[in-house]
Amino acid sequence: MTEPPLLSVRGLDVRFGALAAVDDVSFDVWPGEVVAIVGESGSGKTTLLRSIHGFIRPTAGSVLYRSDRFGEVELTMLDEPRRRLLARTEWGFVHQNPRDGLRLSHSAGANVGERLMAAGARHWGKIRAQALAWLDRVEIDPTRIDDLPRTFSGGMQQRLQIARVLVTNPRLVLMDEPTGGLDVSVQARLLDLLRRLVADLGLSVILVTHDLGVARLLAQRILVMQRGRVVEAGLTDQVLDDPQHPYSQLLVSSVLFA
Amino acid sequence: MSEPAVLVEGLAKEFTLHLQGGVRLPVLRDLSLSVFPGECLALVGPSGTGKSTLLRALYGTYVPQAGRIHVLHRGRMVDLASADPRQILSIRRDTIGHVSQFLRVIPRVPARAIVAEPLIHRGESRQAALRAADAMLARLNLPERLWHLPPATFSGGEQQRVNLARGFIVHYPILLIDEPTASLDPVNADIALSLIEDARKRNAAIVGIFHDPAVRLRVATREFALAPLAEAA
Ligand SMILES: Nc1ncnc2c1ncn2[C@@H]1O[C@H](COP(=O)(O)OP(=O)(O)OP(=O)(O)O)[C@@H](O)[C@H]1O
Ligand SMILES: [Mg+2]
Repeated sequence: MTEPPLLSVRGLDVRFGALAAVDDVSFDVWPGEVVAIVGESGSGKTTLLRSIHGFIRPTAGSVLYRSDRFGEVELTMLDEPRRRLLARTEWGFVHQNPRDGLRLSHSAGANVGERLMAAGARHWGKIRAQALAWLDRVEIDPTRIDDLPRTFSGGMQQRLQIARVLVTNPRLVLMDEPTGGLDVSVQARLLDLLRRLVADLGLSVILVTHDLGVARLLAQRILVMQRGRVVEAGLTDQVLDDPQHPYSQLLVSSVLFA
Repeated sequence: MSEPAVLVEGLAKEFTLHLQGGVRLPVLRDLSLSVFPGECLALVGPSGTGKSTLLRALYGTYVPQAGRIHVLHRGRMVDLASADPRQILSIRRDTIGHVSQFLRVIPRVPARAIVAEPLIHRGESRQAALRAADAMLARLNLPERLWHLPPATFSGGEQQRVNLARGFIVHYPILLIDEPTASLDPVNADIALSLIEDARKRNAAIVGIFHDPAVRLRVATREFALAPLAEAA
């Protein structure tokens, strides 16, 4: 119980001109925990995720991360080389659109291997063996290792992106609508895979989704965002079974099953 | 008697329905009770008086507006009403079990894995947990051909038996049970009640809702009556 959080976000602001896309957001993520961020499109979920990762510089606030390599680091002030190293090794980012997270002109195996090499791996045979193992783990036929992701279905591309992110054994994975834009049956298979991987690897995950069913299935905790602010936070069953804020009540009442 | 396992003081819960013009529904007001190890407390009262609401508050799902819910967790009293989310998860893992009225199925996960999950969360090996799950499902008479299937298509009684198996697989010191026998035939209802009796004999503190007076007579050691609140002025 005394174990410190892996990530502590405090007073985070992201402004685009007059617009406060992220407005004074604070929360913690503990090791092995899945935190879902829910809210309608435009509520600031993706911007929050991208600013935590460092794709966007926050206007104000702090993001404290407890790194394996560097100890406690303030991400908003971290120098670029170290930020990149962390992003390649201890964190992962799963984009909603797999094409944003993959190199479409490289083979499936190269996509997985590239991240290993970026993290320092050099032995070609070992890299290929790990790529094969990870393709298998995300249920992609290993004989497709030399094929281009362009020839994969949307669901396969998303699974390949997940393999690419997880191959370096990250501790913290940020996921932006990982099941969005897929057919329901493909979504179901991906969700099952994510559920298994998260449990087996003990990952910490910040999961952005507008799908409360996905949040119910994967997350221990939920933050509800509206117009850049967190309007409600709590255990998944607290927020979904007894939402307090008018906006949370609206979200919950708008879905059939969650 | 020793220390209570559950001690509720001055509990108040009301719901505000923001989508209905902010209507307020007071359900529990200034409610106090205690439950000791080895007791089975039956919540009684007309429909809508808040029996299920109280049970959900005792599990930390419904956060009350006022009052304290002390539970004996790893040798000390912890207030669920003010505990942080991670503390509540730890209490649910080790101390409080909840058998809800209906099984919330996890899509595509087979019955035996659903039953084994609480043990795995507590660090039990997958294999041992699945073996224990099979034993529970066998005790509850669930046909073996169903063990490897996801319960989404099961009958009400079959789902309820999966639910009971999941709730009783860990020997929780505190158990919350909502209508355990509602969808069971007499033979299976009898097995469910024997699970409750066994839990009580090993000194669990149990709070339950049992609409059937015969069931209550058999398992409950004490009753707690909830009455409708007078209309708020
Ligand atoms: N999450 C919720 N949001 C709004 N109102 C709720 C919620 N949960 C319960 N209520 C209301 O609280 C009141 C008490 O409900 P509860 O289910 O606790 O009654 P009960 O005593 O268990 O009834 P029964 O015997 O019919 O099961 C009801 O008016 C119900 O509509
Ligand atoms: Mg009820």
